Amino acid sequence: MVTLTINGKQVTVLEGTSIMNAAKQVHINIPHLCYLEGLEPEYHCRVCGVEIEGEPRLAPSCVRQVSEGMKVQTNSARVRRARRMIVELLLADHYTDCPTCERNQTCELLKLAFELGVKEIRFEGEKPHYELDETSPAIIRDPNKCVLCGRCVRVCHDVQTVSVIGFVNRGLETMVSTFMENGLGNVECTNCGQCIHVCPVGAIKEKSAVDEVWAALADLEKHVVVQEAPVMRASLGEELGLPAGTLVAGKMHAALRRLGFDTVFETNFSADLTIMEEASELVKRVKEGGVLPQITSCCPGWITFMEHFYPDLIPNVSTCKSPQQMFGALSKTYYAEKAGIDPARIVSVSIMPCTAKKFETQRPEMADSGFQDVDYVLTTRELARMIKEAGIDFASLPDEPAEELMGLYSGAATIFGITGGVMEAALRTAYKLVTGKELEKIDIEPVRGLDGIKTATLNVDGLEVEVAVAHGLGNARKVLDEVRAGKSPYHFIEIMACPGGCAGGGGQPIGFDMALRGIRGQTLYAEDRQLPYRRSHDNPSIKKVYEDYLKEPLGEKSHHLLHTKYTKREVV
Amino acid sequence: MEKILTKNVGKPNSQDIEVYLGGGGYKALEKALGMKPKDVIAEVKKSKLVGRGGAAFPTGLKWEFTRRESAEPKFIACNADEGEPGTFKDRVILLNDPHLLLEALIIGGYAIGASKGFIYIRGEYYREIETVEKAVEQARTKGYLGDNILGSGFSFDVQLYKGAGAYVCGEETALLESMEGNRGCPDCRPPFPAESGFLGKPTAVNNVETLCNIPAIMINGGEWYSRIGSPDSPGPKLYCLSGHVNKPGVYELPMGITLRELIENHGEGVKGEFKAALPGGVSSCLLANLDVKLDYKSVARAGSMLGSGAVIVINEDTSIIDVAKNTMEFFARESCGKCSVCREGTRRAREILTRFANGGGKAKELDLMLELGEVMYDTACCGLGQAAMNTTASAIRLFREEFEQKVRK
Repeated sequence: MVTLTINGKQVTVLEGTSIMNAAKQVHINIPHLCYLEGLEPEYHCRVCGVEIEGEPRLAPSCVRQVSEGMKVQTNSARVRRARRMIVELLLADHYTDCPTCERNQTCELLKLAFELGVKEIRFEGEKPHYELDETSPAIIRDPNKCVLCGRCVRVCHDVQTVSVIGFVNRGLETMVSTFMENGLGNVECTNCGQCIHVCPVGAIKEKSAVDEVWAALADLEKHVVVQEAPVMRASLGEELGLPAGTLVAGKMHAALRRLGFDTVFETNFSADLTIMEEASELVKRVKEGGVLPQITSCCPGWITFMEHFYPDLIPNVSTCKSPQQMFGALSKTYYAEKAGIDPARIVSVSIMPCTAKKFETQRPEMADSGFQDVDYVLTTRELARMIKEAGIDFASLPDEPAEELMGLYSGAATIFGITGGVMEAALRTAYKLVTGKELEKIDIEPVRGLDGIKTATLNVDGLEVEVAVAHGLGNARKVLDEVRAGKSPYHFIEIMACPGGCAGGGGQPIGFDMALRGIRGQTLYAEDRQLPYRRSHDNPSIKKVYEDYLKEPLGEKSHHLLHTKYTKREVV
Repeated sequence: MEKILTKNVGKPNSQDIEVYLGGGGYKALEKALGMKPKDVIAEVKKSKLVGRGGAAFPTGLKWEFTRRESAEPKFIACNADEGEPGTFKDRVILLNDPHLLLEALIIGGYAIGASKGFIYIRGEYYREIETVEKAVEQARTKGYLGDNILGSGFSFDVQLYKGAGAYVCGEETALLESMEGNRGCPDCRPPFPAESGFLGKPTAVNNVETLCNIPAIMINGGEWYSRIGSPDSPGPKLYCLSGHVNKPGVYELPMGITLRELIENHGEGVKGEFKAALPGGVSSCLLANLDVKLDYKSVARAGSMLGSGAVIVINEDTSIIDVAKNTMEFFARESCGKCSVCREGTRRAREILTRFANGGGKAKELDLMLELGEVMYDTACCGLGQAAMNTTASAIRLFREEFEQKVRK
């Protein structure tokens, strides 16, 4: 333990603690910009400088460790002068179109400038005028707003181990860019969007489909069908001012109808469908000696990552399309048939916590209905903005159900939205498929929670089924390297690209707070507990779709509409 | 004064190992290998030698810090990324006496317990790189590098790294990053390289000129060395004299001669009337007083820093605003771009100075630049940012009227 003095208050902390964290224990938040909990400190911004007695200069408190007897001042005139001037310098360089900026409500630079009392920008001069990087179908980068804090670089490199962005050039030409400035769309970007969450300003955002969706809703010729991802019910409310974790499934359906969507369904329906197909595939692989471990395929960020970095594992990956794409294919076949609507008139929209979904819909193989299966993807943030734009008082909306045909869902589907959920849902059904009996202990606790890698063993009729769950691509790598080395003990692995799973998806309310992602997950587990059906195979609408249309899991129609293939992609 | 650092410069084929051996070369290594490493360090401490790269840190102490770390392996890296504008002293040694450097580096490696040494040479120094490469080969052939050097049981080898043109890589932590194949950006200290340097291992980083004092210290003793030049910071110094002088060049002189002596006795006087001088390159503050002694402490007392000893003389016909603007163009380009305060600060200062140079300055921007200089000193991560405003701030303090004449009316 180390004892030091911060602003005259004595504090004792563990050796190795940063001054910034030590200060929290005496209730002092040292202003900062490039530091973010969950990422290694990189001291780019210099905002968090503090005065240490006996040292000639200020020290960056995010990285400087405490030492015995240290005397720290976090709020001296000298510290305040430095902080203000640094923020002033950043603003002098910043492209300040704040009223129209994506991050107007969540900009950390704006907040910092206000809190530090920066009232004037005394430096006049050139502002940057870089071209936007619009090469990606999912994410837009605006280097003009970048404050070069390096958080996106760190999350991409350290957490996701994808490393498609980095600093290039030097001096005033320094910028964050991709390999050879090729653009995000032309490198190994998985479109996970974690960079959006860590960006303190509006330099990275999703490619919006709001205007396209408004146009479709206004077009009387079009019949607009909407699906909402499992986690939406736990995070949309938050983006609309309700407490984190408020369950808003019913209000969400109501809001979508008021926005003008013609038919409101649920991705949860196709999540149940995914389980039917994927659990059947697993049972088949186990029984017939197929390639194991089987790895989930719901997450498009993970799929792109795999195609770039682990293409040798393609045979391990489930051929099931993601729930979004299963829904898309059925919306223009099964639903069109049932409702008697020309599929050419159907516009299929999905509401996703995800930026990679925007990429997924545009994959050429995602057109098995004869049309692009899903036309537009809106993130949590985009839908919330549409609701605000339409003036809908979300909090006071009544609860409405989705339409039954493709809107009824089980608790197994709902928990898809948090890491471990797909695994738990699949095991509930796989157990039934193998044993003919229902799994008694339906809550599979070992695969829940926010540990980066979780494992469990489940006895299925004498066979010890070994499973693993990884979320965040850095964690995925550890599990995949075992598979690659032929040393993986698992039968089934769930991988989600984003830390926390969909709860932490790139399209969610801005923030990199793991605890908050966990709260969204708890909401899903709570809904699971209270739903009449908790197993995908119990969902009446799922039984119906097989009876009326698909016939059987892994059958010919399923194969055509619900399964896909993967492509090896280059690493430059 | 007898030459120590440049004693071989001017000899025919001075870069050749035979010539070097003929002048008593590698005798210091032989002697050092017969001593205990801690005694080698004690001798260097006794000499009071301090780093010549600019920071003037005691060399013996740096070696002791590196030696006492428990982590293995340890490394010694020679900083030959000479890039400070007005500095051209290390290249004289690299080109003319590479074995002096190698001998010193091997002694350093022995002293700190390193089996591997590096020389990081400025990428533009093509001939110097070639010369040092040849010298390394010769030293290997003669058994001064490699396994069991001179039967001592000590093994040591040297690897060269070429810079890629970034000035900031002369900063030791950026240099180490560059050697590791990373972007050349300085790291926060602590930890210092002596504790966690190349690949996270204890690393002593020494400038070329610093190291080249070592053989003479080994032969003649630290006591002898400490009596040369200024008692505060003893030894010979390579002064790089440039700017408005009649005879610019590299001069090896005892530490502590005055600016006047350097300019008048060696540089053959100022071209025109003396206005000011930068004693330590563009990172230092302007001096208008010719009687300042050019040793680390005296220059610091006069409000500047000796740095690498790049003395740039400026005559009365020169606009001090142009001088400041020139330095700021350099720093705005060479800032690594990592610290916001340095990247944005140098850029804004450059713009302000450009406006002043064109007669479009604003009076309040003079104090703004002084404040910026203080904030950059306080908050920038490395010496580049901390010192980037020195020339400008001192120009404003010494020649404020000159700036005021350029304020837009």
